[in-house]
Amino acid sequence: MTLLGSYLTLAAVLFCLGLYGVLTKRNAIVVLLSLELMLNAVNLNLVAFAKYGMIPSLTGHIFTLFTISVAAAEAAVGVAILIVFYRRRVTVNVDEFDELRR
Amino acid sequence: MATVYAAYAWLVPTLPLAAFALLTAFGRSLRTTGAWVAITASLGSLVLALLIAGERLAGAEDYSQSFEWLAFGTATLHIGIDVTSLTSLMMVIVTVVGFLVNVYSYGYMRDDERLTVFYAYVQLFLASMLGLVLADNLLMLYIFWELVGVCSFLLIGFWYHKPEARDAAKKAFIVTRVGDLGLLIAVLLLFWYMPGHALDFSSISNVFGNDGGTISAGVTTLIALLIFLGAVGKSGQFPLHVWLPDAMEGPTPISALIHAATMVAAGVFLVARTFPVFEASPEAMTTVAVIGAFTAIFAATIALAQNDIKRVLAYSTVSQLGYMMLGLGVGSVVAGMFHLFTHAFFKALLFLAAGSVIHAVHTQDIREMGGLAGRMKITAWTFGIGALALAGIPPLAGFWSKDAILAAALEKDPLLFTVGAVTAFLTALYMSRLFYLVFAGKPKDGSHAHESPAVMTVPLVVLAALSVIAGFVETPWYGGFGEWLTGESARHAGYLAMIIATAAGLLGLYLGWLIWQKGTIDRKALAARMSGLVRVLERKYYIDEFYDLVFVRSLRGLGHMLRRFDALVVDGVVWLIAATAQAVGRLNTRMQSGQLQGYLLAAVFSVVILVLAMAGRRLW
Repeated sequence: MTLLGSYLTLAAVLFCLGLYGVLTKRNAIVVLLSLELMLNAVNLNLVAFAKYGMIPSLTGHIFTLFTISVAAAEAAVGVAILIVFYRRRVTVNVDEFDELRR
Repeated sequence: MATVYAAYAWLVPTLPLAAFALLTAFGRSLRTTGAWVAITASLGSLVLALLIAGERLAGAEDYSQSFEWLAFGTATLHIGIDVTSLTSLMMVIVTVVGFLVNVYSYGYMRDDERLTVFYAYVQLFLASMLGLVLADNLLMLYIFWELVGVCSFLLIGFWYHKPEARDAAKKAFIVTRVGDLGLLIAVLLLFWYMPGHALDFSSISNVFGNDGGTISAGVTTLIALLIFLGAVGKSGQFPLHVWLPDAMEGPTPISALIHAATMVAAGVFLVARTFPVFEASPEAMTTVAVIGAFTAIFAATIALAQNDIKRVLAYSTVSQLGYMMLGLGVGSVVAGMFHLFTHAFFKALLFLAAGSVIHAVHTQDIREMGGLAGRMKITAWTFGIGALALAGIPPLAGFWSKDAILAAALEKDPLLFTVGAVTAFLTALYMSRLFYLVFAGKPKDGSHAHESPAVMTVPLVVLAALSVIAGFVETPWYGGFGEWLTGESARHAGYLAMIIATAAGLLGLYLGWLIWQKGTIDRKALAARMSGLVRVLERKYYIDEFYDLVFVRSLRGLGHMLRRFDALVVDGVVWLIAATAQAVGRLNTRMQSGQLQGYLLAAVFSVVILVLAMAGRRLW
């Protein structure tokens, strides 16, 4: 069970790194990258539980595959929005993303 | 005889009301036509009122008609009309004077810009007054009672660009309000105590007519006194008389119509209409008689020292209304209503003649008048007839009605009779003063007075004729009026009252002639010897100043205090609430930065707190 613990610890570390990046970075690209990091931490959890969990099964693996593909699609959409935004505002600085307030 | 016209009695107030609606709707576009609309409508009312009264004289039955207005619980309120001798008499008085005043105003108000507005108000007044007269229950009477008050307010303040007129209108409205409150409470008490919550006059007279009825003596007295308070306010009795002389700021035809003949008589009419309530309470009757007698002599003394022609007449009106109340208070409805009937004609005549004088000389101060008799023959003659009628000189109308009241008073209480007789003397004195100062003597220099147009003099002549003949309907030898009105006559056996009253009147006239015409008694020396008394009378016993000191100032002080309370405490609380909301809002805007990462951080913190809370709960 210690092996599961170390996987989970690694995933938690990755998640926190990602969260830190999302919350603090000003560059939108870096924010997106950090988001991927958080997703991957979750994937790692899923795989670890599928292998070393109480009832090992394939569900975790399959779910991970889904997550990866959905994350890829999401990243594509996110970057596309970023590009459009950059064309309009000539910036990728998250601080200036405050359209909703105006 | 069957009732034919009485069934159409509802038309009598409706015609002026329709004229009012028409005049209000079409306003300025009907300048000359407007007056004719009003005159036609009041003529229609007059004809119908005369037909109804004629039918009743021929012996028609009482007629009443009502329909349900509101029903709640066990009580229902009705709207309806009652045609009895009393109401048809009042209808005739109101429509006769109303019609003549409408005609007269066409001459008097001709140059006024707001002629149609004036006529509209007068029509509304006539409609309300006739509604008041016809009303078959006390609540409906109260509604019309307030409506005539509103019309009085509007018409006193008709020349609202004059500050005195505005003040007088407000004063009239506020002072009568004191009385109206009494009447309202009386209506509510009656509604509470009457079996079945009935408010119609026939039920009231049934309940109070039987001694030892369902309502205790104390409550009866209270109700009667409260009704009388309403009458005191409307009829300008002491101590609420102060508004009536000031009301003379209104146009003179209005003074004649509202403040001499009709509306101020509404108080007397109200007491006569609810007379069974008063009869059931000897205390209330005594109060009515004493207040009436006191007002009569009190106002007559003030009238002696006034210098405004209309104010003299106004105080005379107050005094005569006191007479009517005295008549009612000593138990004679016939005498009170008879005096109301004759007084309406000769006092309207006096006011309209005074208006004719004012129209000619453009002043109301009698010290600036004089010698008008030669230039205004019709006005002088008619005014003279009115003055003699008011002074109670036989065989004019005022003599018979005053005699009826004094005779009734003599039977009841010699003191009240004495007061009445002294008042008769004073009345003759101030009327002769007025007449000699205005019409006799030398004309003042530079006056271009001339007789008024026919549209003004014809109503004067008609009213003068009525002032001569109206008294013959009820004399000590013929009691037709009283029998018709209440079934009992004011006829009496002794001639003592008549002789004393006539002697008092003649003495007053003679003394007036000596002072103001012949000059045997030097009036300057007289005034100098009694300068204190003259000053007190000129200032109307300082009643206005007293009210100003006691009521107006204290209320104004209270008002200032309340305003400060409002500004500091009430406004302060409101301001505080607003400021709090604003501060919270400002805080919230700062939180709504639009920064995605800020929101995210808040979300993360919330999740952490949530997780900690859940974990903590499990550990516990």
